[in-house]
Amino acid sequence: MADPMRIRAASKDGVVNVKVLMSHEMETGQRKDAAGKVIPAHFIQSVSATWQGKVVLSAQWGPAVSKNPFIEFNFKGGKAGEKIGITWTDNKGDKRTDEAIIN
Amino acid sequence: MPGIKLRVVLALSGFALACAAHTQEAVAPKKAAVQTKKAASAPKEAITAEFEKFREMMEDASPAELFEAKGEDLWKAKRGPKNASLEQCDLGLGPGVLKGAYVRMPRYFADADQVMDAERRIVHCMVTLQGYKVEDLAKQPFSNQSRTPDPVSLVTYVAGQSRGMKIAVPQKHPKEREAYDVGREIFNFRAGPWDFSCASCHGESGKRIRTQDLPNLTSKEETIRAFQGWPGYRMTGGLMHTLQWRMNDCFRQQRFPEPGYASETIADLLTYMGVNANGHLYKGPGIKR
Repeated sequence: MADPMRIRAASKDGVVNVKVLMSHEMETGQRKDAAGKVIPAHFIQSVSATWQGKVVLSAQWGPAVSKNPFIEFNFKGGKAGEKIGITWTDNKGDKRTDEAIIN
Repeated sequence: MPGIKLRVVLALSGFALACAAHTQEAVAPKKAAVQTKKAASAPKEAITAEFEKFREMMEDASPAELFEAKGEDLWKAKRGPKNASLEQCDLGLGPGVLKGAYVRMPRYFADADQVMDAERRIVHCMVTLQGYKVEDLAKQPFSNQSRTPDPVSLVTYVAGQSRGMKIAVPQKHPKEREAYDVGREIFNFRAGPWDFSCASCHGESGKRIRTQDLPNLTSKEETIRAFQGWPGYRMTGGLMHTLQWRMNDCFRQQRFPEPGYASETIADLLTYMGVNANGHLYKGPGIKR
C-alpha cells in the first residue's frame, strides 16, 4: 500500500491552484544495487486529477520524473468547498487516490 | 563494422563541437574574459543563491511533509511488543502534548534522569511504552535507499508540531546547564587523526566545504542554522535525516569514532547549540541539498 499524498488546492479569482506531493520511489531501472544487480524500474505512469467528476488534468509520466514527485497546476471553474481528487498508477499496477477540499 | 560505426560517431561529435564553438564565438567573443573573472570571484554565492531560490520554491511543498504524515500515523498506531501507541509519550510538556515540545528540547527528564534531545526522548518512549529494544533500533538508525527508520519519521512529525514557534531550550535544571557546558567542551575538543574539532569548521564565518557554506555556530546570528531546516529532506538521494544523523556524520567527517545512537554526547552537543539558538523562530522540517 502506497503512502498518502499531500494535496493543497486554493481558489482565487475563479482559478484553482493545486499542489500535489506524492510519495513514490520513482526507480528508473537504470541503477544497480551494491551487488551489481539492476534495480527494477518502478515509477508512476499516469496521473489524473478530477473535479466534480470531470477530468481536469491527465498526464503520462516516465522514469525521468524524480523521487517523491511534486506537481502544480491551475484550472478554471472550481470553487472553495468543492472536492478535487488525484489518482496515480505506477508500472507495477499499484494505485493511489487521495482527495482534498478546495480552500 | 564496429570501426565504421565509431568513425560515424566521432564525425558527428566533431560536428557538434564545431557548432558549439561557432555559436559561442558568434555570441560573445569579447565578454569571455570578463565572465571568467566574475565566475572565479563569486562561484559560492551564485550557487548558494540558486539553491536558496529553489528552497523557497519548495518550502510550501517540501517532501519532508510526506515523512510528517508517516510519522503521525506511526505516533498514533498501536505497535511494538506491548501493542501501545506513543500518544502517552511525555516530551516535556506533559503526556501527549506535542505543540511546542520540539523547540524546548533537549531538556532534563526526571523519569529517565537524563538530558534528552527529541530523538533520544522518542526512542526512550518507544522502549518504555511500546517495548522496543534500543539495540534493535540502533541497528539501522539512519535512512538509506531501502528504508527510513521509524524514529526518523516520528521526529519529523514531532518537529512539525513546533512549526513557526520560538526556540526555547531550557537551562533551569543543573543537569541542563551541565549538558550545555559539556556540549561546549565537545564542540571545541580537538582530537582524532586530523586533530579536528567541530569548531575547526564551524568556529568562523565564511568557511565552506566544496560549494557548501558552513554556518559559524559560535555566532548568535548563524547558530540558528544548527537547528533550522532539521529534520531535513536531502535532495541528494531523497532521504530524510534528523539532527542525530547530522551530528554522527560530522564526527565521521572528522575521522572521530562515531558516537552511539541517541547517546548522551549528542544530547549535550544539541543542548549547547540549541541554547545558543534560543529566541530564533523555528520554521519546521526543511529541505537540504
